[in-house]
Amino acid sequence: MAEEEEKEVTLLGTWSSPFVLRVKWALRIKGVEYNYVEEDLRNKSPLLLQHNPVHKKVPVLVHKGRAIAESSVILHYIDEVWPLRPLLPHHPYEKAMARFWCKFEADKLSPPLWRVLTTRAEEQREAQASSIESLGLLENELEGKKFFGGQTIGLVDVWLGALAYIIPIYEEITGLKLVDQSKLPRLCGWMEEFLSSPAVEGTLPPKDMLLPRYAAMREAFLAKAKGPAQQ
Amino acid sequence: MAEVVVLLDLWVSPFGQRCRIALAEKGVAYEYKEEYKEEDWTNKSPLLLQSNPVHKKVPVLIHDGKPVCESLIIVQYIYEVWSDGAPLLPADPYARAQARFWGDFVDKKIYECGTRLWKLKGEAQQEAKKELIEILKLLQAELGDKKYFGGDAFGYVDIALVPFCAWFYTYKACGGLSVEAEVPKLAAWGRRCMERESVAKTLYDPLKVYEFVCHLKKKYGIE
Repeated sequence: MAEEEEKEVTLLGTWSSPFVLRVKWALRIKGVEYNYVEEDLRNKSPLLLQHNPVHKKVPVLVHKGRAIAESSVILHYIDEVWPLRPLLPHHPYEKAMARFWCKFEADKLSPPLWRVLTTRAEEQREAQASSIESLGLLENELEGKKFFGGQTIGLVDVWLGALAYIIPIYEEITGLKLVDQSKLPRLCGWMEEFLSSPAVEGTLPPKDMLLPRYAAMREAFLAKAKGPAQQ
Repeated sequence: MAEVVVLLDLWVSPFGQRCRIALAEKGVAYEYKEEYKEEDWTNKSPLLLQSNPVHKKVPVLIHDGKPVCESLIIVQYIYEVWSDGAPLLPADPYARAQARFWGDFVDKKIYECGTRLWKLKGEAQQEAKKELIEILKLLQAELGDKKYFGGDAFGYVDIALVPFCAWFYTYKACGGLSVEAEVPKLAAWGRRCMERESVAKTLYDPLKVYEFVCHLKKKYGIE
């Protein structure tokens, strides 16, 4: 008990959430020790509801008793409070570009990827095409760089990083190719580099738990789309 | 060496207005370029397509030839480059996080819900009205008795939200939502913001915004 109280940082999360992982990676890069609390989102704890009353979601970072929610807000906060090994570039223009690519992922990549997982036929093919188009723009961004942050992992790498393990799972479940090595070689390389980096090692949710989870989500969405009359 | 600043925008866009307000707060001279001539959304200038190839949308700030896209990213950029004078965000990291959180909340919720309110009819519209009232109430609670969301200083959350004040008349006329009645403190905050020159000279007459929306509805056959 006393040992937990010594760490003044607590992270509320779930084992499978890629948003939570972003925060874990950032804290690891910064060398920040923290308590981790696993939440059950079907049965939200009073702690979660107290610390994130607006969205009632994870991740939530609690630092010295004060809560910060939303992964992008948390990442900026972590970068400001623990400034060594910065995630954000220094120059305002580079900062703006980093923020741009994070927003791009949320607006233009995440939604079609989700549709690849949760739809079929024509809709799924369109989602695949849309995802690949967005991935192509990220491929271009990696030109001449090991990571989106340059030589070292930065904000955009932490933001996009979950794709490195989620995309192969989606590909396996749906049988559709998203990151073709011959077409997106830099992105392929980045995925390998990122997953094998010290910040990420040992943090990933186990594939044998994650794959059935996403497969079940796909089944559930497809069943719902069919409608009750056809079940 | 003089800096060249260009803003590609649409007069009625609340996102563009955020940028205009930030530029005015900082006293930055810039060239304003109106996009979508004759309200043709496909009529995008070569400069827009070149500056924002990913989204092909306004606003875009072009600073010495380098484009910055996404309104809240542009606002942060403006304050980081022209850093003299009042800051955009508080100094304390926790307070900054709160400001970013609420700016993100405004960005995710207001435009989408407000659009459903004026666009839809019947039950869907009533649902949107209920949701928007909840959203505005949360914002009013966050504002509390402060002069601005930033406290005494006009800042990030104020800039993110204030352009939507010009849409309050439209919310009432199209959707029956009276901001004054539902969230009077927030309405009062809107009026206080309008006393700032940067806001007053940027926001359009709410009647003009309403005319624009009616025109759009007719154009898309929504009655």
